[in-house]
Amino acid sequence: ACKTEGILILWIIRLLFSKTYKLQERSDLTLKEKEELIEEWQPEPLVPPVPKDHPALNYNIVSGPPTHIITVNGKECINFASFNFLGLLNNEKVKSAAQASLKKYGVGTCGPRGFYGTFDVHLELEERLAKFMRTEEAIIYSYGFATIASAIPAYSKRGDIVFVDEAACFAIQKGLQASRSNIKLFKHNDMADLERLLKEQETEDQKNPRKARVTRRFIVVEGLYMNTGDICPLPELIKLKYKYKVRIFLEESLSFGVLGEHGRGITEHFGINIDDIDLISANMENSLASIGGFCCGRSFIIDHQRLSGQGYCFSASLPPLLAAAAIEALNIMEDSPDIFQTLRAKCERIHKALQGISGLKVVGESFSPALHLQLEESCGSRENDVKLLKRVVDYCMNSGIALTQARYLEKEEKCLPPPSIRVVITVEQTEQELDKAASLLKEAAQSVLN
Amino acid sequence: MYCLLQVLLQKNGVSNGTLYKKTFIEHFEQAPMYVAVFTFVGFAVGTIFGYLRDFMRAWGLEKRNIAAEREQQKDFVPLYQDFENFYTRNLYLRIRDNWNRPICSVPGPQFDLMERVTDDYNWTFRFTGRTIKNVINMGSYNYLGFAETDVNALKTVTIELEKYGTGVCSTRQEMGTLDKHVELEKLVATFLGVEDAMVFGMGFATNSMNIPALVGKGCLILSDELNHTSLVLGARLSGATIRIFKHNNMQSLEKLLRDAIVYGQPRTHRAWRKIIILVEGIYSMEGSIVRLPEIVSLKNKYKAYLYLDEAHSIGAVGATGRGVVEYFGMSPDDVDVLMGTFTKSFGAAGGYIAGKKGLVDFLRTHSHSAVYATSMCPAVAEQIIRAMKCLMGLDGTTQGLQRVRQLEKNTRYFRRKLHEMGFIIYGNDDSPVVPLLLYMPGKIGAFARRMLEKNIGVVVVGFPATPITESRARFCVSAAHTREMLDTVLNALDELGDFLHLKYSRYSKSSHPELYEESRLELED
Repeated sequence: ACKTEGILILWIIRLLFSKTYKLQERSDLTLKEKEELIEEWQPEPLVPPVPKDHPALNYNIVSGPPTHIITVNGKECINFASFNFLGLLNNEKVKSAAQASLKKYGVGTCGPRGFYGTFDVHLELEERLAKFMRTEEAIIYSYGFATIASAIPAYSKRGDIVFVDEAACFAIQKGLQASRSNIKLFKHNDMADLERLLKEQETEDQKNPRKARVTRRFIVVEGLYMNTGDICPLPELIKLKYKYKVRIFLEESLSFGVLGEHGRGITEHFGINIDDIDLISANMENSLASIGGFCCGRSFIIDHQRLSGQGYCFSASLPPLLAAAAIEALNIMEDSPDIFQTLRAKCERIHKALQGISGLKVVGESFSPALHLQLEESCGSRENDVKLLKRVVDYCMNSGIALTQARYLEKEEKCLPPPSIRVVITVEQTEQELDKAASLLKEAAQSVLN
Repeated sequence: MYCLLQVLLQKNGVSNGTLYKKTFIEHFEQAPMYVAVFTFVGFAVGTIFGYLRDFMRAWGLEKRNIAAEREQQKDFVPLYQDFENFYTRNLYLRIRDNWNRPICSVPGPQFDLMERVTDDYNWTFRFTGRTIKNVINMGSYNYLGFAETDVNALKTVTIELEKYGTGVCSTRQEMGTLDKHVELEKLVATFLGVEDAMVFGMGFATNSMNIPALVGKGCLILSDELNHTSLVLGARLSGATIRIFKHNNMQSLEKLLRDAIVYGQPRTHRAWRKIIILVEGIYSMEGSIVRLPEIVSLKNKYKAYLYLDEAHSIGAVGATGRGVVEYFGMSPDDVDVLMGTFTKSFGAAGGYIAGKKGLVDFLRTHSHSAVYATSMCPAVAEQIIRAMKCLMGLDGTTQGLQRVRQLEKNTRYFRRKLHEMGFIIYGNDDSPVVPLLLYMPGKIGAFARRMLEKNIGVVVVGFPATPITESRARFCVSAAHTREMLDTVLNALDELGDFLHLKYSRYSKSSHPELYEESRLELED
């Protein structure tokens, strides 16, 4: 007995003093070998060289304000490319409100919202937006892109599930990437596909109910899609929401100030109770002709972003002159609700006029102010399609209509839309100008594509 | 246990050859042990009461003031986890009146605060309608004093606002590049001494949308421990591997660089495509300045790329306000990607990236912001142009240079006085960001409220922006502060420091005379 204990103690002592076995794959290299490796390593250049004729390098330079009559590359044209739907970019009242604010507050806010960057104009703008949209609370961001890209990761974390439309814009995609949640794409506006995905998720849940109880689910859709110009079927989405217990985040950048009787967006267009939508996010850079974005909804939801929205907490707040301009723009929207009807009439007009152009098809709803013109038949490669469309655009620019191609980052988009020309309709365009644009496009298509 | 005052004097310059052209003094004094103990006790008491309050709320003994989920959605998966909000509900809420204070004037050296009271212990606020006038502003990032409403100064901005309006309504690559942007970009490139620059509408977004364009999978990002959220978000969105090195610690960085090149990517051991080092010029929570000469020599030795975020340092350090590159006497070619923001020293909004023409051309074509985000408002661009021209002396006056010198003077005076009084101050002697350590959670609220009573607005920061035991008050010195304003603040701090027992430093002026040589601290005019 003494012997075995003695052997055991000696064995323990040996183990204590022997080198621990490191589970490392690497064997130790000598210093000389390491120096050689460091010498030999060659990194890639920081950025790959960009060809001089890259389409994005030869961009349009606008002299002066991008208003209804715009001077592009030295030539005066009628503006069919800037998202100035309600024509508020050049509005005198908006400008004088911004001037008054400039006199009082200067330009920048010199701080984030938490550290003396909250001005009374910000609070006023938030109140006005909440009242206009008939929600409890609104929160403003200083950059449109950052709005939805910060809102989504504030609620959806790793392990949560988000069902998103294929045609969602890039800002939504970045927000989803930052959230690290499980993303499930459903075919554009295809409610049957979405329901199939929801049913699949339901069967998954039944296998693991404990996990299902803490997994949050969201549907992210846009009111009026930037990439395809059509609207989402909101009533069906609401039905699916209550059936499968999923929350809805609605991105209304293009539909705010466009759809609905008073410009309140797609909820007013369909007559849906706004409390049924958990979060509405929009940017103020289209209809309100300012800079920045906002989210609105119930206080239960919006208040959370004040501490977890990264673009809100860690960034300087919106310059007060831009907030004052947005407030004045909201005033104008409230005072003259007939501009929405006027805008829609113009959209219908040009939508009809653009039908039947040989070689180009119109993509988008008839009341959408941001349409796409795509090639009916592609000529093989995307590059060639882009070149062809560029010739159409140049033809129109030379004759006095400013158009632009819709730009995408080809390698980064999840579902890259086909190349297209963007046609933007604003209230300031007269009927003659609309007809001129339509006939010019017909001519251009004839001469370039045939 | 007892700390050393980390003074890096000539010793640093000697060991690295002649890398540092002037003395690099940074302080990170640790407080005595009893302070750490009391801080933890403070948090423990707060937590216990938090649990008690939660219990009482759950059992209906106390009013529930929080917003609640809709009735129709009660059976949805809860949106927030109860525990996540514990800290917010029970600790942050108690002192939340010290943040988000609304102001109603220009954020200059003095501003007007809207008076805000709470009837239910910070759950809701209401405005009394009165304004607290002429509060000394020690919180806004107004380093050069360009946040002003002087009619002459804003003349050109007024004209441009009238001409261009407020919005742009398009992206840079579509119809959003205005002649103003081209003018601004040329000016920024001239100011920094580089080939080309590109401007963006938001400083935060400049990082989060361009880092993913520069690096991707298979690349390595070496990021400082205390980098800003925008850098961290940009690094995460890029998909590259991220490794963190200790704050401003060159040994830690060199070890990471060597290991990365020698051992390659994890598991496959393939070589990294490229290695990029992310650092900031001045770190806003610590007040420390990056050790640029050492980092540049490391990056040249190991063939890595350097991305320098000069959000706080552009305009604020350097003999003519050109940032840390000038401060250390280096050339802008040493840094591969120069990034900065216009929010702090230029009193505007937005950010820029500058460097070689190839880099900027690449960003014009591949940056997320150029393709999908609206461009900068032209009136804001004009404000940057006029501020930059003033700094460069192109407006015919020496006002720009005077502002930079005034800031330097104010910074040195303020820091020296605070050291003399016995507070623990972090950071470099030349940095206009001055963190004053408070440590205990109870003192955060008391400090900020009492300073407001004395008509001084300060910024206090606690967890999670800082480590849990190191809550601090952060002062931002401005060139627009006069000597009288600084003296008022210093006297108030002296009084308050005695009252709240904040003078933790064990090194007061008399014990280390060589550190406080008068001749080195006063600038020659």
